[in-house]
Amino acid sequence: MMFRLTEQPSVGRVLMRTLIALAYLIIFAPVVMIVVTSFFAQELISFPPPALSLAWYANAWAKPEFLRGLLTSFQVALLAAAIGVPIGTAAALAIVRGEFPGRQTLSSFLLAPLAVPGVVAGSGLYMLYVLAEDFFDRDIKATTEGLVAAHTLLAIPWTVRLVVASLQGLDRRAEEAAANLGASPFTVFRRITLPMMRPGVVAAAMFSFIQSFENLDLSMLLVGPGRITLPVAMLNYLEFRIDPTLAAVATVQITLVGLLMVVTDRFVKLSRVV
Amino acid sequence: MSRLSLERLSKRFGTSVAVDELDLTIQQGELVALLGPSGCGKTTTLRMVAGFLPPTSGRVLFDAEDVTRQPAYKRATGMVFQSYALFPHMTAADNVGFGLEMRGLNAAECKARIDEALKLVRLPHLADRLPRQLSGGQQQRVALARALVINPRIFLLDEPLSNLDAKLRSEVRLEIRALQQRLGLTTLMVTHDREEALTMADRLVVMEGGRVRQIGTPQQLYDTPKDAFVADFVGRCNILSGRRESEVQFRTDSGLALPVDSMADECKDADAFALRPERITLLTGGTDGVQGRLKAVTYMGPQTEYVVAVGEETLVVIRQTPGAGEPLAALKPEDTVSLQWDRRAPRLVPQTSA
Repeated sequence: MMFRLTEQPSVGRVLMRTLIALAYLIIFAPVVMIVVTSFFAQELISFPPPALSLAWYANAWAKPEFLRGLLTSFQVALLAAAIGVPIGTAAALAIVRGEFPGRQTLSSFLLAPLAVPGVVAGSGLYMLYVLAEDFFDRDIKATTEGLVAAHTLLAIPWTVRLVVASLQGLDRRAEEAAANLGASPFTVFRRITLPMMRPGVVAAAMFSFIQSFENLDLSMLLVGPGRITLPVAMLNYLEFRIDPTLAAVATVQITLVGLLMVVTDRFVKLSRVV
Repeated sequence: MSRLSLERLSKRFGTSVAVDELDLTIQQGELVALLGPSGCGKTTTLRMVAGFLPPTSGRVLFDAEDVTRQPAYKRATGMVFQSYALFPHMTAADNVGFGLEMRGLNAAECKARIDEALKLVRLPHLADRLPRQLSGGQQQRVALARALVINPRIFLLDEPLSNLDAKLRSEVRLEIRALQQRLGLTTLMVTHDREEALTMADRLVVMEGGRVRQIGTPQQLYDTPKDAFVADFVGRCNILSGRRESEVQFRTDSGLALPVDSMADECKDADAFALRPERITLLTGGTDGVQGRLKAVTYMGPQTEYVVAVGEETLVVIRQTPGAGEPLAALKPEDTVSLQWDRRAPRLVPQTSA
């Protein structure tokens, strides 16, 4: 009897750990594969590799579309986050703090872009842009502005979700305490509310940036010559050839995103926010 | 410090009445506790005084000044919250200094006042800690310093001790009371803990269903409750329903005759007999007094509680725990006992007040 009591939980624990290890393996296997193959010397993947080399990185560097794509993606992601996060934060404040009819509807509406497939949303935006171009008599599709506007739609729902969650967990008594000590509503917001919701906003900015930076489906129809984002550039390359050059580009991309998460985590504990 | 007056103060949420025409004056330097079960309107009242909730009708006055329409941040009350509500992103010193900064004091003056306030709550060594690096008791004292440093017109306490463990609670209770008296703070406290209310307050307001049941000193409420609800809420009480039969006798609904005295201030529709457990003397054997059978004995350290069946009624008796060899020490369930009390000890009160 004693024996069973001590043994049973440990069997459970072993099973649990196996499952966790398996989950990590499934998540990381493709990433690891890509990183590893980017260092293989031969064009077609085989184990064990005859030699290791950095040739594919040199090859990627030699192709201007990748570097240009990286810079475009960076620029678009930064702008989309810079525009989307304030809008999403304001919307989150209205949803949590406002007292007006239709708050729930507004919330669903703002989260809706998450539910629409990117290709569909992209096609819709393409058609909208064509109509708008006639109306305003200027280029919209295939411009940076058009692309940033589209990617802002990725930033808003993420921001609304994360900031709403952080606002709901915020102790309103601290705001009352500040008012009690003589702080006007604006001062309360600036000195108490905003700092307390900072982790949510920082996390929202990071996720918005990553969503835009990695986005392919929404962007495909909206990019133009000289303004091709990195994921689209990678897809274009894939149309003509398959070699580990893409693995090298992807490794750079993964490293950048990883670095961003590590840096963000130093400011706010992501595990606490997300 | 100001005098606080509430005049016919009411708050309705939709159709439900949270506070119903409350009248109350707290003199300068007085500590008044609002006591009642949850939902009785005590917290709503406190929040209306602080300015967090607009009253539906009635007035709030600090001295002669009507502050009913003033927003919270202009009222200069100092509130200690149940959850302390410290600013998590500021150090203890910055928390304490926030109110001073809002009053536009210069840095040197702030620093001096913060140091003084932290000394007052015996925490000067923890000034640079963040709230999450402080224990519950320490957070509580920072909250206290933060509310006091601004020299508030009215000091407000919202269940200030409910998040502390039992030992710390009695310590902080004395500390707050001593500070309040030393600084002469006009204080409104909200609590559902009768011990807290009885030990700290100059006067108690027992509330129920948004209305005041009784206002008085702790002794008045404990010894001469106006109705059965107050009797039961401010302390343990034996309450038996029935009718006065004569000058010296009360007859319970079950037919039991109990000795009482006539009372000048007795309510004429009194239909309950209220007697504190510690006012009953317990005797082994003997035929004087009310005869009963012992049902249970519960040892509580300095005191012992006896549950006695008398006819169809049950009475609780609390006595000092007897020493070895005393007759009460040998009592066990099913023993016959007799109960006696001073005829002036029981109160005859209505079950519910009008």
